[in-house]
Amino acid sequence: MEVPILSIVVFTPILFGVVLFFFPAERHREIRIFALAGATIALILSLWAYFTYDQAIGGYQLVERYSWVPRLGISYHVGVDGMNAPLVLLTGIVMFTGVLISWGIDDRPREFFGFLFILATGVFGVFVSLDLFQLFFFYEIAVFPMYLLIAIWGWKVTREYAAMKLTLYLFVGSVIAIVGGLAMYFASGAHSFSLFALEGAGFSVDFQRFWFPFVFFGFAVLGGIFPVHNWSPDGHVAAPTAVSMFHAGVLMKVGAFAALRVGIMLLPEGARFWAPLVLGLATVNVVYGAFIASIQTDFKYVIGFSSVSHMGLVILGFATLNLNGITGAGIQMFSHGVMTALFFAVVGMVYDRAHTREIPKLGGFIKVMPLVGIAFIIGGLVSMGMPGFSGFVAEFPIFMGLWQSQPIVAIIAAFSIVITAGYIMRVIGRVFFGEMPEELKGHITPINTFDKIALVILSGILLLVGVYPTIIAPLVESGAQVVLALVGGA
Amino acid sequence: MSIASFEPTTLLTVLPEILLLALAGIILVVDLASQRSRGLLLAWLTALGLTGILIIALLYGQPGENDVLIFGGMLRHDWTAFAFRVLFLFAAAMTALLSIDVEGVADRGEYYALLIVATLGMSLMASSADMIMLFLAIETTSIPLYILAGFMKGDDKSTESGLKYFLFGALTSAVMLYGFSLLYGFSGDTNIYRLSEAMRAGAVSPWLIGGMAVLVLVGFSFKISAAPFQFWAPDVYEGAPTPITSFISTASKAAGFAVLLRFMLAVFPAIEAEWVTLLAIIATATMTVGNVLAIPQTNIKRLLAYSSIAHAGYAMIGLVALSSFGTATVIFYLIGYVVTNITAFAVVILFARSAGSDEIVDYAGLSRRSPGLALVLLVALLSLGGMPPLAGFVAKFYVFAAAIESGWIWLAFVGVLNAIIGLYYYMTILKVVYLYRSEDENKPITIPRSYALVLMICVIAILAIGTLSAPWLDWSVNSALSLF
Repeated sequence: MEVPILSIVVFTPILFGVVLFFFPAERHREIRIFALAGATIALILSLWAYFTYDQAIGGYQLVERYSWVPRLGISYHVGVDGMNAPLVLLTGIVMFTGVLISWGIDDRPREFFGFLFILATGVFGVFVSLDLFQLFFFYEIAVFPMYLLIAIWGWKVTREYAAMKLTLYLFVGSVIAIVGGLAMYFASGAHSFSLFALEGAGFSVDFQRFWFPFVFFGFAVLGGIFPVHNWSPDGHVAAPTAVSMFHAGVLMKVGAFAALRVGIMLLPEGARFWAPLVLGLATVNVVYGAFIASIQTDFKYVIGFSSVSHMGLVILGFATLNLNGITGAGIQMFSHGVMTALFFAVVGMVYDRAHTREIPKLGGFIKVMPLVGIAFIIGGLVSMGMPGFSGFVAEFPIFMGLWQSQPIVAIIAAFSIVITAGYIMRVIGRVFFGEMPEELKGHITPINTFDKIALVILSGILLLVGVYPTIIAPLVESGAQVVLALVGGA
Repeated sequence: MSIASFEPTTLLTVLPEILLLALAGIILVVDLASQRSRGLLLAWLTALGLTGILIIALLYGQPGENDVLIFGGMLRHDWTAFAFRVLFLFAAAMTALLSIDVEGVADRGEYYALLIVATLGMSLMASSADMIMLFLAIETTSIPLYILAGFMKGDDKSTESGLKYFLFGALTSAVMLYGFSLLYGFSGDTNIYRLSEAMRAGAVSPWLIGGMAVLVLVGFSFKISAAPFQFWAPDVYEGAPTPITSFISTASKAAGFAVLLRFMLAVFPAIEAEWVTLLAIIATATMTVGNVLAIPQTNIKRLLAYSSIAHAGYAMIGLVALSSFGTATVIFYLIGYVVTNITAFAVVILFARSAGSDEIVDYAGLSRRSPGLALVLLVALLSLGGMPPLAGFVAKFYVFAAAIESGWIWLAFVGVLNAIIGLYYYMTILKVVYLYRSEDENKPITIPRSYALVLMICVIAILAIGTLSAPWLDWSVNSALSLF
């Protein structure tokens, strides 16, 4: 019998999370080590899943299927293909580095890691789902723990507001998508929640046009689409470091991925009909997000809005409905996930030491924390889409795809690259170079080994993908082909 | 439907009810005979007795292939009655265990006896097939509950609760009885399963039937605390001894639903489209009123009262769908809801026992005082809020699925948006529990064994229903089939 790798990946975090709750609350050290062990297992297995995927065979692999609720045609059905394999790996990476970065959490670490791991199971579960009910099931599991993680361990000033706002936004989106999903289930007549069955259901054009916005935008809320994006910067800023990493790095991809997997792939005719609107909104995301990021003075808000801008590129890529665009969007999800996790890790490290995130009050950090500075610069170059870094590998195909379908949108969206370069340069210049303010001098302690390992892993991946795109691009392209086969078109 | 002639074996079909009556008698005798630490003895005896009856009901109370009317058409021996009876017995056993340490009720034999008699009444409510029997069953349930709600004579709030419950209950019962009498007058029959045929034969005007349906619905709405007859719930829930609050909000509500399902489906097929629309409106009002008014509450018992009003609204959506699947989702919803709400009230009882308060602000620091209890409350509230992998999620999912299957898209949207409001106020409680600090943080909360048992059973049940819903759903679907 084959080893059910994906199931182990999905359930390892929640299993470890539940066991964590039985630890004595004061054994912080043991709790952390146990959490790290869980994250390591998840990382290794997600690497395994990624690298054992055989592109020569294609299709969904490592598939497992068990009947769950036979009366309604619900099954537990998982598998990976070119689109979701990088996202599974991304989750493994962010989870592992997130645990490393959170070593210093002293307030109820048991609950912290417990909730974080429940969230991780939800995220893994959504990515590998091949059943619509299962997808909703894990989606909700992925969203709720965020509330507690932000409200309890977040930034004291805004955490209650931000946590509630985030949760309510995301739930409104998800329940609307659920209604759409149920409508598809009953309209298909296939009596099955299997995504394959629904793909082949042949919904009428009117049906698709009617339900596409509910399903797509319901999920795209979590992808941060304009104008329902503004939970996201608030949420990112209020969240503790590891949660910001998870949130911007992985959770927003859950939204974008679900919007693609359920919205576009199951309702392709609806996608074609609504693509202009989606393109328009995502363009606003890209340009407006970058612009707002450039006028922030709070370091973390800069990164928060940069996520809105970059996620806009992902949705733009989807909305092109062509091979380049979707491939680029797939790579961008991975690249942005790692990059933004790196950014938030850096912001957390700076804030923990300076106790302020006001950019004008910071400066000269490269001298005391060189590794942090270098890591941020690498992330910054990715963010700008510099050749040689993963951002280029992702954004170039997106813009190519855009040029093929909507040249004007491509031109408008390209402005964001300039704005992004501007604010990234400004942050690098003000925070890491320049003169360190007097009151900070001598107070900056070096980062610990765990932090260093996390930074090296994250920035290493960005470089690796940048110089060796073959490690991801053909894989994602094979996944994008599957999408295109459904959507039709070039 | 034919009425089975009486055989001695027919008595076996009401064996659980007979045993309940016997148990009530035994409790009263033991109460008189025993001297000290009666509370513990009585509660365990009640709980074990009810569990025993539950097992007997599961093993021997199963109906046969065909649903039969028994005792001259008074009762119907079918899967619906079977499923609800098991649910009531479970809720009653849990309630008995939750009463062990509650001051003023724990060591009173009549308290447990009344609890058992109310359970007996509910069990009959679920199987009544005749209006006379139905009315008797409803009163057998209600009168003990009135007394139980006002059981703490020294407590003004409890007395108020009992009286209020009684006055509202008596009034709505009277209106319902008036509806019954009109139904009898126009059809010349009291058997639920012959009424519809009789009314059709007598060519009763649909307007008249509609009027009678409304009168009858008044009584049912009271039992399930649906709008606009939900007013009593918060006051009664707040004042009643908490285990009784838990019992009224779970078993009694489920019993109301059992009657609602059977009666509406059997008696009013002639005006199906109309009463379904009316129920859709009632469901919308019930959900919205319950959820919106829950938001400003500061007392957790009142908040849970409003939340339980809202849950009645969600459950009604399944009936509006008017399909066997829809009816099954109502039963499934109630199973999940009963288990979850008992868990929530168990935490409320435990907290009040140590902290002496039901105010939400006093829950601050609970996650530090008792991380385990806080986690149980988290599970219960999230299940009420409809989060996976808990019972509440699948229950809501199925109910909304039933609505969409029957084309009630707008009702499904109303339902899901209400679920968001619900989630909001459940989260505000969790915020207090997990986020806020309090001076009492180092005062631990003790959890006696009987309570730990209840919490464990219920949490496992919530998770089991939430993750492995297939057997429960099949069970509900089978139960619902006997109503069609």
